[in-house]
Amino acid sequence: MNAGLLVALAVLVPLAGAGLIALSGRWPNLRETITVFTAVLLFIVNILLAVLVLDGETPALHVAEPVEGVPFAFAIEPLGMLFGLVASFLWIVNSVYSIGYMRGNKEGHQTRFYVCFAVALASTMGLAFSANLFTLFVFYEALTLSTYPLVTHAGTEKAVRAGRVYLGILISTSIVFLLTAILIVWQQTGTLTFAPGGILQGRVSDALGLILLVLFMYGIGKAALMPIHPWLPAAMVAPTPVSALLHAVAVVKAGVFTVVKVIVYVFGLDYLQNLGGSEWLLYVSGATIIVASVIALQADNLKRRLAYSTVSQLSYVIMAAALFTPMAVAGAVLHIAAHAFGKITLFFAAGSIYTAAHKTEVSQLDGIGRRMPWTMAAFGIGALSMIGLPLTAGFVSKWYFLSGALDTRSVVTICVIFASTLLNAGYFLPIVYRAFFRPAPEGGPHDDHGEAPFPIVLALTVTAAGTIILFLMPQLPLALARAVVGG
Amino acid sequence: MADHLPILQVILPLIAAPLCLLVRHALACWLIATLVSWLCLAIAVLLLHQVLDGGTIRYQLGNWVAPWGIEYVVDRLNGFILVIVAAIGAVVAPYALRSIDSELPERQIGLFYVMYLLCLAGLLGITITGDAFNVFVFLEISSLSSYALISMGRHRKALHAAYQYLVMGTIGATFFLIGVGLLYMMTGTLNMADLADQLKPLAGSRIVLAAFGFIVVGMGLKLAVFPLHLWLPNAYAHAPSTVSVFLAGTATKVSLYVVLRFIFTVFGFEFSFVNQPLGPALLVLAIAGIVVCSLVAIYQDNVKRLLAWSSVAQIGYMLLGLSFATAIGLQAGLLHMFNHAIIKAGLFLAMGCVFLRLGSCRIEAIAGVGRQMPWTMMGFLLCGLSLIGVPPTAGFVSKWYLVLAALEKGWWPVAALIVLTSLLAVVYVWKVVEVAWFRDPPGTAGRIGEAPLAMLVPLWIMVGANLWFGLETSGNVDVARAAATALMGAVQ
Repeated sequence: MNAGLLVALAVLVPLAGAGLIALSGRWPNLRETITVFTAVLLFIVNILLAVLVLDGETPALHVAEPVEGVPFAFAIEPLGMLFGLVASFLWIVNSVYSIGYMRGNKEGHQTRFYVCFAVALASTMGLAFSANLFTLFVFYEALTLSTYPLVTHAGTEKAVRAGRVYLGILISTSIVFLLTAILIVWQQTGTLTFAPGGILQGRVSDALGLILLVLFMYGIGKAALMPIHPWLPAAMVAPTPVSALLHAVAVVKAGVFTVVKVIVYVFGLDYLQNLGGSEWLLYVSGATIIVASVIALQADNLKRRLAYSTVSQLSYVIMAAALFTPMAVAGAVLHIAAHAFGKITLFFAAGSIYTAAHKTEVSQLDGIGRRMPWTMAAFGIGALSMIGLPLTAGFVSKWYFLSGALDTRSVVTICVIFASTLLNAGYFLPIVYRAFFRPAPEGGPHDDHGEAPFPIVLALTVTAAGTIILFLMPQLPLALARAVVGG
Repeated sequence: MADHLPILQVILPLIAAPLCLLVRHALACWLIATLVSWLCLAIAVLLLHQVLDGGTIRYQLGNWVAPWGIEYVVDRLNGFILVIVAAIGAVVAPYALRSIDSELPERQIGLFYVMYLLCLAGLLGITITGDAFNVFVFLEISSLSSYALISMGRHRKALHAAYQYLVMGTIGATFFLIGVGLLYMMTGTLNMADLADQLKPLAGSRIVLAAFGFIVVGMGLKLAVFPLHLWLPNAYAHAPSTVSVFLAGTATKVSLYVVLRFIFTVFGFEFSFVNQPLGPALLVLAIAGIVVCSLVAIYQDNVKRLLAWSSVAQIGYMLLGLSFATAIGLQAGLLHMFNHAIIKAGLFLAMGCVFLRLGSCRIEAIAGVGRQMPWTMMGFLLCGLSLIGVPPTAGFVSKWYLVLAALEKGWWPVAALIVLTSLLAVVYVWKVVEVAWFRDPPGTAGRIGEAPLAMLVPLWIMVGANLWFGLETSGNVDVARAAATALMGAVQ
C-alpha cells in the first residue's frame, strides 16, 4: 500500500472512529465495538508502517504549507514509530479495560469519554509522526485540549479545578516557552524540519543554544520536569483508564518523546556534547527523579503515588537523553516503551482495586492479594519493572541507561540511578507485601468482593505479560532504538 | 460589461436599497438582499482577478476625466478589501433570514434590509473610490445606516449604544471632513492620486500636517483605535446578531483601509513615517490596546461584549503590523485584517445561533449549551482557537507573520508580547467554552434544539474558511504580500 496513505490513515482512523463513536452514542454495545475495532485497525496500520520503517524507509506525507517553508507534514522515523506502536497497542488493551471500568463504576457521559479518547489517540499519532516542529506543536496542543474533558470527566468542583491546573500549566508552558523556542529556531535556521544530527549545529551561538535548551525543556510541560509537574498529580482525578493510557502512556510519553526528538533531531547529540553548560539538564532531571520518588514514598493515595512515580520515571528518560551519548539515548528510547507497559499495568491494577473493592489508599490494601490474586500479581510485575529488576522490561532500559552513564563516567547519574532504584523498591514493595502477607482487617465495609470484572483482569494480565515479553524479546524496540541513534 | 464592474460593485446595492423600501415584504427583501450580496461577491472576486492579472483598474465615473471627475481605482490592496467585505456580506445575508426574523418586529424587517444594503454599498464605496471627498460621502452612507442597524437591537440599551456611536462616529467623520477640506484648500484637488502628487512639495506645511492629524484621528475613531474605541463594545453587544456579525467583519476593516490609503498613498511613507513619528505612536497605542482590551474582555459577562472587547484588542494587532513600517509588518497586518474578519464573523455567527435559541448571550445563560447545540458551539470553539492563534487555523498564520515581522526588526519584547497576549485570548475564549461545554444548564432551562440549517451553514462556511486559510495560505498570503509591497514600493 502507498506509504503516504498509511500515514494519513494513522491520524484519520482514530478521527473517523471518534465520529462513529459520537453517532453510535445511543447504543453502548455498538459504541464499544467501534472503539475496540478502531483501536485494532490503528494498530494494524502501525504494524504496516513499522514494517516499512524497519526496512529503512521513511514513510512521509506532505499535507499543506500554511507558512512558507513550514509545511504541515509527516515523516516517520524509528523513534516516532516505536511510540506509535506502543500507544496504539496499549489503546486496544485500554479500550477493553475501559469497558469493564466505565460500566463497573456506572460512569456518566461515556460517549464523550470514548470520543475524546479517540481524538487524543489521533493527536498522539500525529505528534509521533510529525515531520517538523510546527506539525508537532499542532498535535501537542490538540492532545492537551482533547484530554481536558477526560480529566474533568467527573464534573465535580475538584475535577474542574484540577482541569484548570492541567490546562493552565500545559498550555501556558507550551505557548510561552515551546512556541518561543520554535520561533527562535525558525528565525535562526530558517527550517523546522527534524533532521538526523540536528539543525542547530553552527547556526546559533552557544548562549542562544543554551537558552533554547531551557525553553524547550520547560516548554514541553508534558515531560513533567520539576517544577512544572503539578499538572500530572492533578490529572489523577480522571477515571483510571485515562490515568492509565493518557497519563502513563500517551500524554506523558508525548512529552518525553518530544524531549528526545528535540535533543536528537533538533539539537543533535554532537552539538549538545560540546555545548558548555548543558549539564544543568542532568542535574534538574536527577533532582526530579529523587524528589518525586520521596513524595511518592509518602503518598498514601495509590494513584497519587503512581503519579509521582511517573514524574520520576519520566525524568529517567530525560536524564538518559541528557547524557547525550548514543547508548544512553537508546536507553531513553527503550524506557519510553518499557515504562509504558509497566506503568499502565500498575494503573490498571489501581483501577481494578477501585472497581472491585472501592479502595483508593495504600493503607487499605492489607490482605487484598488473596481476594484479587490476578490484579495484585500483575501489580507486582509492574512494580518490579519500575524498580528495574530482571525478567521485566524495566531492566533492559535501565541496563542501557547505566551503560551510558558508565561510558560518560557521570557519577551523578550513577548515584541517582542507585538511589532511585532503592526508593522505587521502597514505595512499591510494601504495597505488594501488604497485599499478600498481611492479614485482611476484620469486618471491613467492603470485604465481600472478589476479582474485578473480566475485561479489567484480561487487560492487566495482557500488559503484565507484555512487560515480561519485552524483557525476553526486546528485539523490535531495540532495533528501533538503535536506528534512532544510528547504531 | 466587464469594464463597468467597478461601478456595478457600488451601484447594485445602492439601487437595491430603495427597491427594498418599495417592496417592504420581508421575504422578497431578503431575496433581493441575498442576491445582491452574492452578486457583489462575484464582482469583487472578478475585480481582484483582473487586478492581479492586469494591474490597477481606473474607472472614470460618467467619463469625466480625473482629477475633475470622480475616479474609482481598484488596486491589489482595495481589491483584497472588497473581497473581504463582499464575502462577509454574502455569508451574512442568508443567515439574516432566520436570525432577523426572530429578533425584529415584522414591520421593521423590510427596513432592516434597506439599511443593510445601504451599509454594504457605503462600505464598498469607501473602499473602491479614488476620490477623497467621495470617501466621506460613502462613509456617511455606511455610518448612518449602521447607526440605524444597531438601534434595531431588541434591548433598549441598543438605542443608547447607537446614540453613543452616532456621537463618536459623527465626530470622527467631521474630523475626516475637516482634514479633507484642509487638503483641498492647499491643493485644489480631491483625487487621491492627484493629491499625492500635489502634496509632495508641501511636506513641510503645517496645514498639511493638521490635515494629516485630523484624518488619522477621525478615521481612528471609526476604526476604534484604543483609546478611541469606547463606542464599539456597546454597539456590537446590543446590535441584532446579524448586524454584529456584519459590522465586526467589515466596518473596522474598511476604516483601517482608509487609514492605510491616506498614510501610504496620499501622504506617502516618507511624510507619515519619516517626518512624523507615526510608527512609534501606533506601536504604543497598539500595545496598550492589545493588553488593556484583552484584560477587559476576560472580565465581561456577556459573550458578545467579550467578543467586542476582543475585537478592539485584535485591531491592536493589525496596527502593530502597520507600526513596524516594513513590508512584512504591513503584510502581517493586512493578513490579520483578513483573518480577523473571518474569525470574528464566525464567532458572532455562533453567538447569533445561541441568541436565537436562548434569547441571551450572557455567560450564565449559556451554561451547558454545548451539549444542546453541539454544532454551533463546536463552530465557536474552532473559531475561538483561530482567535487564539492555534495552528492549523487562520489566526495562527497572521500571528506567525506578525512575530516574524517583530523579529525582523529585532524587537524581541514585542514578539514576546504577541505570544504572551495570546494567552489572554486563551483565557477569555476558554471561559466561554468551559461554561458552554462543562457546566450543567440552569435548572429552569427547557430542552432547546440545534440552530436551523440556514444559520449553521453560514457559520460552518466561516469555520471552514478558518481551517482552510490556516492550511492553504498561498492565496491570501500572496495577495497580502503583493498589496503590502505595492504600498511600500510606491514610496520607496
